[in-house]
Amino acid sequence: MSAKKNPAPRPKKARTGIDGFDDITRGGLPSGRSTLLVGGPGSGKTLFALRFLAYGAAHGDEPGIFIAFEETQKRIIANAGAFGWQLPELVRQKKLYFVDTQPSSDLIQSGNFDLSGLLAALGAESDKIGARRIVFDALDIVLALLPDDLARRREVYRLHEWLISNGLTALITAKAGGDEASSFGPQSFGPQSFGFMQFMVDCAVLLNHRVALGVSQRNLRVLKYRGSSFDENESPFVIGKGGFDVALACTPVRKEAKVSAERVSSGVGRLDTMLGGGYYRGATVLITGFPGTAKTTLSGAFAEAACARGERTMFFSFDSDGTEVIRNLLSVGIRLERYVKSGLLQMISARTISGSAESLLVRIKTLARDHRARCLVIDPVSTLAKVGNELTAHGVAERLIDWSKAAGLTLVCTSLLDDMNGQLEGGTPLQISTIADTWIHLNYLVQAGERNRGLSIIKSRGTAHSNQVRELILSDTGVTLADIYTAGGEVLMGTMRYEKENAERVAREVAEVSAKLKRVSLDAEQAVLQVRAKSLQTELVAKQVGKTLLAHTTQSHKGEMSRGRVRMRQLRGADAATQGKGGHR
Amino acid sequence: MSARAPHFKFRLYVAADTPNSSLAHANLTALCQAHLPGRHEIEIVDVLREPTRALADGIFMTPMLIKLAPSPIRKILGTLNQTEKVLQALGLESAAA
Repeated sequence: MSAKKNPAPRPKKARTGIDGFDDITRGGLPSGRSTLLVGGPGSGKTLFALRFLAYGAAHGDEPGIFIAFEETQKRIIANAGAFGWQLPELVRQKKLYFVDTQPSSDLIQSGNFDLSGLLAALGAESDKIGARRIVFDALDIVLALLPDDLARRREVYRLHEWLISNGLTALITAKAGGDEASSFGPQSFGPQSFGFMQFMVDCAVLLNHRVALGVSQRNLRVLKYRGSSFDENESPFVIGKGGFDVALACTPVRKEAKVSAERVSSGVGRLDTMLGGGYYRGATVLITGFPGTAKTTLSGAFAEAACARGERTMFFSFDSDGTEVIRNLLSVGIRLERYVKSGLLQMISARTISGSAESLLVRIKTLARDHRARCLVIDPVSTLAKVGNELTAHGVAERLIDWSKAAGLTLVCTSLLDDMNGQLEGGTPLQISTIADTWIHLNYLVQAGERNRGLSIIKSRGTAHSNQVRELILSDTGVTLADIYTAGGEVLMGTMRYEKENAERVAREVAEVSAKLKRVSLDAEQAVLQVRAKSLQTELVAKQVGKTLLAHTTQSHKGEMSRGRVRMRQLRGADAATQGKGGHR
Repeated sequence: MSARAPHFKFRLYVAADTPNSSLAHANLTALCQAHLPGRHEIEIVDVLREPTRALADGIFMTPMLIKLAPSPIRKILGTLNQTEKVLQALGLESAAA
């Protein structure tokens, strides 16, 4: 119905349930058409095919038929039992049907034969269960019984026509040459000479398994896909716990991660401040440094903070055991054990995991998915470069970051710097410093017989961050950052910083005391002056009193005198008028 | 005719009258005429008509001849055009010699 609305319907695809593969082929195998899957022994052909069928039967409501030319169904089901695909259950529900068609060893062959019997039988069975998918596993086995190339070709065409007329989505697996050299390219079909199948089918996929530098590496490549674009590069894949896991070699289809403005704590208060509030949720944080610069401690602090917020966290340690990490972190006041017990935190010691960088990535992905982790610590991510060659490891690290972003995980990974390239701050072995969002660099400063840890933020996208180098101090109460002293172009840390701090404290105290002293002496002087002022005042008053008294005395004296003179004049009784006048002046 | 000669029971699975199947039928008939005159029985099963039976019997390639008796049971795949090989497989080599 919906196809009619679309003017140019794109070819329908049948999902295989192998995530990476469905991405590479933009949706899966061509629906209603046939696909050829070739690969060497043990390259995972049967597993791929089984996954395709099991997924269709379980999720796509597309029952499937498995024609086993090589192994009996019992063995196939048993072999796939570890992957949790519920094959016996699907068989019981008649969603999956196995046909044992292994030629018996005592079979005598004389002359030509054909597959029409098989196809007739399959047609009947397919109608019965309403099959939509079909797998011919190891078709090469039966083709090898045919006497000549012509007969082989004829049977392949017969099969092809039958598939087309039945409209089944078919997957045909066939072996490519057994030796390493021939498992590349189409010439590997050589002796079997059914290379023409590759031209006939609508889609062809090549699996190979090779060893590079002693590390096994599985790759998958889509050779052709009619009517659809696909990723043409080799993509590494891993056969792991969940079956088949294909990693995308390139990431153009990367879904843009849900960008979040939420901040999450780094677990170190002052570092949060330096970063303007902490890491961004979903960001990738890279912590680089030499051995022993407290990279693990910083990531442990992050893990503790995440658990304290109640977020499921996973800690991958490539260096030491999970319990060792917990014990070591306890010594700096980071207590992780309670979270491990409550199930919030999962410690994975990845030392025991061997294999290619690719398989490590797949393990990390699967484990994190199973744990439903929101925060992830990988310590150190540079281990990836050690297993397998660096070229693929770089791709792996990049994909790790892409994946964690797409999944919205906050990823903290540490990276060990060797002395060699550590001299320049830029050289992280995997070059992931360019794609990490926040890059914190830890360094040693050896000075005055001490080795002290310095922390600086080299970059932090989208956050205002401090340009200061801080001293990282580990104590049994936790991790703290202290200011460092820069004096005359010299950076002081550790004891020297402490001494400097002490000296400053002393100087401050001295200054305080002397100020106090000064105040006291000033107070005293003031008091003296005040006293003097008071006595002077008193003296002044006394003088004033004296003066008044003097004036008064003088006046009364004058009065006496004049009164006396008047009296005398009166007594003399002469020239009273003139004398009296003068006396009044 | 001889009393000690065993009776042969054959079942031939064919896919209708496809060339291979027709050829096998013809070859079998000729072989029986030549080596087992009067002491053979041939059952023809057309897998196109009885696909379920073919599945149940585990017959996937046609034509397929099964010798049911005398024991042991033998399966021969193909058009049966290599007479020597077929005779040997059926235990009739000495009779042919």
